[in-house]
Amino acid sequence: MKLGFSPEDELFRQECADWLGGQMAGEFRDIRGVTKLTGSPERRKEWEQQLAAHGWSCIGWPSQWGGRDATLAQQVIFAEEYARAGVPGRVNHIGIELAGPTILTFGTREQKQRFLPGIAAGKTIFCQGFSEPNAGSDLASVRTKARLEGDQWIVNGQKIWTSLAHISDWIFVVTRTEEGSQGPRGLTFLMMPIDQPGIDIRGIRQINGDAEFNETFFTDARCPADSLIGAVGDGWRIAMGLLAFERGVSTLGQQMGFRNELDEIIAAARSNGAARDPLIRQRLAKAEIGLRLMRYGALRMLSQTDHARIDGAALTYKIQWASWRRNLGELAMDVLGQEGEISDHRDYEWDTLPNLFLFSRSDTIYGGTNQIQRNLIAERGLGMPREPRGSV
Amino acid sequence: MEFAFTDEQQMIAETARAFFAEHATSERTRRAMAGEGIDLALWRAFCRELALSGIGIPESAEGAGLGLVELAIVAEAAGAQVAALPMLGSLALAGQAIAAGGSEAQRTQWVPPLIAGDRIAGYFHDDRMLASGGRLTGGSRFVAHGAIADLFVVTDMRQMWMVRADAPGVTVTAQTSMDQTRPFAHVMLENAPGEILPDPGAALGAAQRAAFIVVAAEALGGAQACLDRTVAYAKERIQFGRPIGSFQAYKHRLADMMIEIEQARSAVYWAACAVDEGAGEADMAVHAAKSFAADTFFRCAGDMIQLHGGIGFTWEHDAHLFFKRARSLQTMLGSGNWHREKIAAMILGEAA
Repeated sequence: MKLGFSPEDELFRQECADWLGGQMAGEFRDIRGVTKLTGSPERRKEWEQQLAAHGWSCIGWPSQWGGRDATLAQQVIFAEEYARAGVPGRVNHIGIELAGPTILTFGTREQKQRFLPGIAAGKTIFCQGFSEPNAGSDLASVRTKARLEGDQWIVNGQKIWTSLAHISDWIFVVTRTEEGSQGPRGLTFLMMPIDQPGIDIRGIRQINGDAEFNETFFTDARCPADSLIGAVGDGWRIAMGLLAFERGVSTLGQQMGFRNELDEIIAAARSNGAARDPLIRQRLAKAEIGLRLMRYGALRMLSQTDHARIDGAALTYKIQWASWRRNLGELAMDVLGQEGEISDHRDYEWDTLPNLFLFSRSDTIYGGTNQIQRNLIAERGLGMPREPRGSV
Repeated sequence: MEFAFTDEQQMIAETARAFFAEHATSERTRRAMAGEGIDLALWRAFCRELALSGIGIPESAEGAGLGLVELAIVAEAAGAQVAALPMLGSLALAGQAIAAGGSEAQRTQWVPPLIAGDRIAGYFHDDRMLASGGRLTGGSRFVAHGAIADLFVVTDMRQMWMVRADAPGVTVTAQTSMDQTRPFAHVMLENAPGEILPDPGAALGAAQRAAFIVVAAEALGGAQACLDRTVAYAKERIQFGRPIGSFQAYKHRLADMMIEIEQARSAVYWAACAVDEGAGEADMAVHAAKSFAADTFFRCAGDMIQLHGGIGFTWEHDAHLFFKRARSLQTMLGSGNWHREKIAAMILGEAA
């Protein structure tokens, strides 16, 4: 058991910090510190390509496909330095962290050649089409239908909460391909180009006023027959495999974003006197402890060599960070007091901390609500009986 | 960076778990509770046969080497059985203090018999202790396993001394204690002779770091045991024609226990690693581990009683052993609020 990084790793950290810092002070200084997912989309696409041009786009991927075969420690370091430098989140997060690894794991050689270079180069932006209006927590009850006609899949239905669909080039969708099938059977995983007449995207305005989620409508939308990952009817297995990638190294970069938020709260508490309140002090300390434990939980999860076992740290990670961040939003508002409830912007736009308070209400919902997480933990982690399925 | 047990650490964990599971049985622990709160035979077997008692004390100070990670592994295993043993006072506090801050003669005289289980030491602090000419007047009403100690390591948080239990001016009275697996004694010093440790700063630092980690690790082991035992009960207890573990209200509470425990596990081994590696964040880590793991244990022990229903409230069931130990660990060596206040001062950039 060892937490420290080797001298070689520390050199690598310096290399990352130098390059990222240079970019954020130079050519890309205009996007430094942008925290909203929807901010400066065009420049952030250019940033994806800049990362790729310098070999930083997907360092954990095999070098054959544009990566660096980076070690776990190097990936951890890059994620941390990325956020520390104030670089905005990756608009192609879904391509790099989800679509790419899914294709690497389950795709054919031809699919790898078709998709991976574009993703690695920052030129193919992906979004994710899983949830539907009637398939939220109950993801397996998707109704969006796909049928094979000649050499094309024809897709009809609706997806929802498709983050960044409006700036994406491709979407992967879980579709029902077996007429009359129910639940996880009869599903197929398809990759579809977004720019086509059969796909219509409409933004959903959120409680913070922003609109980064979308509804995506499919009306006789098309993709070539060989766009499926895995086999027909294999969709659930692929989707579950993909969700496992979501617990990867990128969580550490996400935590550095949390670090910045907590630091801003600490600074606010010092400047407005809230830091003298013993109850606020306790809550600040708890937030600090929670953040540290998130980091070490993630490092435990990533250091886990026995992947066959469902690791406790991995199972509990989602609800842990989501609950922590929602509490952080409440702490932010308690530190700010009523000042947090008015905005200097004319539009309904909010600075980081009030926005955190509003946005974090979604953290405990998307990617599996806290209630679903508890079911999963109890059933998969502790072996409790499964929830019965209703028949309505 | 590799935040997982090495093969050797895995082996120590398996050995320690098997030892305590086999020997620190409920029956033996209850026999100890009815007496002086120590299973002396178990302590001697642990010290002499298992040879894990010198862990965390450097070989140069008569210890067995290895670090606090390994010490935490052993404490976690002992905590899982609520073993009635003086590990915390005799080894983590007194043993560490003498090893780090004692003279060579003091180390040679005391560390080996403490590790061998031939001698048992207690530890306490008294901020208002009067010390003059090597004579001490003061005391504490909360000396864990004090009634069976041969030696006390005492501090006023500036100096540190060793006081023999049989020295003139030393009065030891056993207290009726809520946690009977680690009962307190009232130790009074009235002009009692104390032998000063030459490096009190090193002694205090080593004792606190090791003890915070041992308390946290014990709490982690205890909390995990509460969850494991409740999970087993949830599967076998049938009500309304189904195992009670199939009810969502029950499942979610178990899930919440696991979420806390996994964080406590990260906290304990973060702290132990940080101290072993001399990391800058070690001070924050030990405060975090002590407060978080003890709170986790208390919550899990309380949930264990609730989720067992009536049987969990009986003397016969072991739930109360965990519950009382958890309460004791929460307050011992600084409450959670005290530890978190230390962290608040650190992150707000205030001088300690």
